[in-house]
Amino acid sequence: MAGLAAAFGSGAMTNSIPEIEDAACIFVIGSNTTACHPLIARRIIRAKEKGAKLIVADPRNIQLSLFADLTVNHRLGSDVALLNGMMHLIIKNGWHAEEFIAERCEDFDAMKSVLEAYTPEKVESITGVGAQDLEKMAELYATNSPAGLFYAMGITQHTTGVDNVKSCCNIAMLTGNMGVRSGGVNPLRGQNNVQGACDMGGLPNVFTAYQPVADPGANEKFSKAWGKELPDKPGLTITDMVAAMDDGKLKALFVLGENPRLSDPDLHHIDHALKQLDLLVVQDIYMTETAREADIVLAGATVAEKDGTFTNSERRCMKVNKAIEPVGESLADWEILCKLSTAMGYEMSYNNAEEIFNEMTSLTPSYAGMTYERLGLNGIPWPCPNADHPGTPYLHKERFTRGKGKFHAIEYLDPAEMPDDDYPFFLSTGRMFAHFHTGTMTRASKHLDDEQKTGYVQVCPEDAEKLSFKDGEVVKLSTRRGEIEVPVKISRMVKPGLLFLPFHFVENAANILTNSAFDPIAKIPEFKVCAAKIEKAA
Amino acid sequence: MDYKNIPSVCSYCGCGCGVLFQVMDGRLTGTLPLKTHPVNEGSLCIKGWNLHEHATSDRRLTSSMIRKDGELQKASMDEAVQTTAERLKGIIDQYGPDSVGVLASAKVSNEENYLIQKITRAVIGTNNVDHCARL
Repeated sequence: MAGLAAAFGSGAMTNSIPEIEDAACIFVIGSNTTACHPLIARRIIRAKEKGAKLIVADPRNIQLSLFADLTVNHRLGSDVALLNGMMHLIIKNGWHAEEFIAERCEDFDAMKSVLEAYTPEKVESITGVGAQDLEKMAELYATNSPAGLFYAMGITQHTTGVDNVKSCCNIAMLTGNMGVRSGGVNPLRGQNNVQGACDMGGLPNVFTAYQPVADPGANEKFSKAWGKELPDKPGLTITDMVAAMDDGKLKALFVLGENPRLSDPDLHHIDHALKQLDLLVVQDIYMTETAREADIVLAGATVAEKDGTFTNSERRCMKVNKAIEPVGESLADWEILCKLSTAMGYEMSYNNAEEIFNEMTSLTPSYAGMTYERLGLNGIPWPCPNADHPGTPYLHKERFTRGKGKFHAIEYLDPAEMPDDDYPFFLSTGRMFAHFHTGTMTRASKHLDDEQKTGYVQVCPEDAEKLSFKDGEVVKLSTRRGEIEVPVKISRMVKPGLLFLPFHFVENAANILTNSAFDPIAKIPEFKVCAAKIEKAA
Repeated sequence: MDYKNIPSVCSYCGCGCGVLFQVMDGRLTGTLPLKTHPVNEGSLCIKGWNLHEHATSDRRLTSSMIRKDGELQKASMDEAVQTTAERLKGIIDQYGPDSVGVLASAKVSNEENYLIQKITRAVIGTNNVDHCARL
C-alpha cells in the first residue's frame, strides 16, 4: 500500500466492485482472479460480456486468460519493465491524457525521461513479451476508457513490490483513468479484513485511518481519548519483529488470528526466532502450527459467533451478526481482549461490539458517519465523514487525496534471486481455488478438503518429459533455504523453466523454500520469485 | 423447530460477499448467498458456500490452553487470560514495553483490531503492532 499512498495519498482500492462491469477495458496483472477473488472475476467476465476489452498479464496461463482479448506471459518479476514498455509506447503514439496530466498530476517529465530507454526491444529482452503484443496491450489499455487496472499479490510480493505498485499508478494516471467510475488502480486484498486491520491502525506507524503516531496532534488526540500518554516512536514491522526476536530484543509476542509459522517466508528462520521468545501467546480458532508452539493459547470465535464489522477490498464496511453461541469455552475475540486489558490494569467494559465501533468512529474521520444502523445489509464504503454522507464508491474524483497525483520514475530491477546453474528454475507460490492462505480454515472444511487434499508443484509437460517425471510422482524440490517433497502436477498453466507451488499445505510447506528478501519500503517478502531445483526423490 | 437466517459477510477473501447463515435449533447448518448484496448479488464461490464448515469443524479449539511441564494443557479462559496478563506485565517490567510485539489480524473484526492496537499502545505502551497485510 506504500506505493499507492505515495502516488495518490490513499492506500486502497480506488474503485468499487459493482462498477467493474461497466469498464471499457480491464487490465489484470499479477492476480489469479478466478481462483483467489471469484466474485470479482465474475464482474470482470460480465464486463467482457458487455463489450469491454480484457488484457491479462501473468507469468502463468491463468483461467482468466481464456476470456482475454490479449494475454501475455511476462517473465516472473519483470512487471516494471512491462509497464514501462507499455507507457513508452503510449507516449510515443500520443495516447496519453495530456490535459489530465497537466492539470492533476506532477513529476511527469522525470518519469517520461526514464521511459525513453524502455524500447520494445529492451522490454522483450527482459520480459519475453514481443513488440507486437506490447503495442497491442498499450493500445487496448490507453484507447478504451474507462480502463480499470486490477492486481493482487503477483504485484506486491516482490523485493520491488512498491516499485511495481507505483508503475501501476503511473500508467493509470498517464491515461487519465483516475477519479472516474469503472477505472482506477485496484489492489485485490487477500484476506477478508486486511483493509479493516490497516484502517483500524493495526500497523506500527499509524492510529486508525492512517493518523501517524509521530504526529503530535494525532498522538495528543488519542492520548486524551484513551487517558494514557502514548508512545510516538513508530514500532516494528512483522519483518523487523522476527529479526528482533533473533537478537533477543523482543521477548514476548502476542499473535491474534494469524499463523506466521506458515505464512512467513523462510520457515526455518521464523521457527528459530519464535524459540528465542520468553512468551508466545496465540489467540485463534484452531490449534494452528503457530499455536502449537505457544505458551498460552486463547480460544477465539469465528465470524458466525460474534457481532462486528469487516471492511472489504473496496473499502466497504459491513456488519456481521452473531448466528450461534461460541463453541465450547471459546469466546468472541473482543471479549477476550477486554478481559486481558482489564487483567493488565486498564479496565475495558464495553457491553457489546457496537460500543467499540462507536468509540472507533469518534476518532476516525473516514468512518465518522457510520453507525451499525446505517451500515444495514449493504455496508458503506469509506470515506464517510458525517451522518448524511452516503459513502464513496470511487476515490480521487476531483482531486487526489494528496492533492496532485505523483508520477514516479521507476527503473526495472531484477528479483533478489535469479535462476543459475545450481538452481535453474523460477519458483513462484500462490493459492488454488478451493483453499485459502495457510489452509487452517479450508482444510478444516470437509467439502473444501475433498477438492484438494495434498499439495503439488506445477511443472510444464516439456520440463516433466526432460526430467522423466510422471504426473503425481513425488519429487524433491529445493532452494537455498531448504527442501521439500511434493507430488508433481503436469500442467500447461506454467511455461518451461517456471514452477508453481500452492502454499496451503503444511506437509509440503512452500515457505521452507521461499526467499525472505523483502521490499525495502513495504517490507513485503518476495514470495513470488525464487530460484529452485527440482529432481527425482531419492 | 426454530429456523433462522442470519445475515453476515464471508470471512475468506477480500471480496466480502454477503451471506446468510442458516441456523436450526441453535446449530449452524448452512450458508446461503445474500441475493441483494452489492458485491455478490446472490452468488458465492466454493469457499463461500461452505463457510459454515470452518466454524463447526471438529478441529475447532474449544478451550484455552496453558503450557505446563512442556505440554499444552486445557485451562479456563479466565486462568489463561490472567496468566497472559501476569507474564506480559512481568516482561514489560523487566525489559520495557518495546520488548513486546503484537500481531493484529486481517481475519478478525474492525472492533477487535481497534482494541488490539489500543491495548498495544495504551496498555503495553509500544507501537510494535503489525499484521499480515505484507504477507
